[in-house]
Amino acid sequence: MTAGIEIERGWIDVELADEFPQLALHLSIVEAVPRRSPPEVRRRLRILSERYTGGKAVNLRQEPIPWAYRVFFRQIGIDPDDRRTPPEEAALERMRSGGFRSRNVLDDALTIAVVETGVSVLALDADQVDGPLGLRLSRDRERLGGGEGRALSARQIVLADASDSLGVLFGDLAEGRGVGGATERMLLVAVQVKGVPEVSVEEALWMVSEVLETGREKRR
Amino acid sequence: MPDLLERSSSAIPPSLPRVPSIEVDERAARGSLLEQIARLESELASLFCSTYPRTGFDWRVPSRGGPRLLSLVELERVRDGLGARLDENRRALGDRTFVEEQNRCRIEQMMLEPDKHKWVRVGNEDIGEPGCKHWHVRPRWGVLGMLMGWWRVRISSGCPLAGGRGALP
Repeated sequence: MTAGIEIERGWIDVELADEFPQLALHLSIVEAVPRRSPPEVRRRLRILSERYTGGKAVNLRQEPIPWAYRVFFRQIGIDPDDRRTPPEEAALERMRSGGFRSRNVLDDALTIAVVETGVSVLALDADQVDGPLGLRLSRDRERLGGGEGRALSARQIVLADASDSLGVLFGDLAEGRGVGGATERMLLVAVQVKGVPEVSVEEALWMVSEVLETGREKRR
Repeated sequence: MPDLLERSSSAIPPSLPRVPSIEVDERAARGSLLEQIARLESELASLFCSTYPRTGFDWRVPSRGGPRLLSLVELERVRDGLGARLDENRRALGDRTFVEEQNRCRIEQMMLEPDKHKWVRVGNEDIGEPGCKHWHVRPRWGVLGMLMGWWRVRISSGCPLAGGRGALP
């Protein structure tokens, strides 16, 4: 299934790996540009919305993968009822809006992946990443994205490349590091925690890549 | 005086062993706390699903400014917070289900002897179920039924339609 994409592992800081031995970062680079969702993707979102009922949303936190993310949130000091885990955020959005709304092909791909697999994927502009990507703790007086970014509190868990922190784990990204209008290559990032099977993470990355590909053949 | 101090310090026999500084390995304790948090979260999630569709429960456990690597004390606080929330909500659910059971019995009694439960109204919410259905003891044929003692239980047909009944023909 992953014939079209290559998945690599990101690095994990020793201190973090010691605390969470099963924490892993899965990365994949895809050549895709942000654009409007093709009709196939919008239809897929509609079908997904119809399949997603209130009962499923209520029981979501008992399902193994969303539960694993909830536990990890607790263990790193986030209240998942205050800041929702990605699968729960998607469920809440479905209940509030009455369906999964189509925004653009990337957001739709990320929504489809998180709803189908329970694994959250985020996308960065691959050309704005310097060297290998990993997870580490923030340093003293470090700023998000370096330079003029907002100040990070001590020992926050951040996504970082060789030079700077690029985003807070399950939080905001540094300015200019996310996917924008000028992006030509995207770096897809999935965080695996204890209780999330590797096959689900790979499936999520594959799914995002597949949705990003949808409709491109016709455009060519 | 300096002479005295010198003498007292020199009085310590050099052969006494030095006490090594103690470094506590927190890994086992941290691992145990992480496991306890996972177990409590599982129980809390299960309780959350059991309480549906009841409302009025508080599920929040104060966060610790994450995502961060929490200290041992902070992990203990998360665990204690989860435990306290679990206890509180279990107790609240226990109280609620007791009242709901009484309401279910009341519905049975209303059905058996409506004239002894005049005007009593019990809704789905009162028995911990979703929907708008309710049981209401009302007189048949209005005032005449009241005077004659013709009481009966009317069961509503459920929630109103979201779009209303539609346009008049």
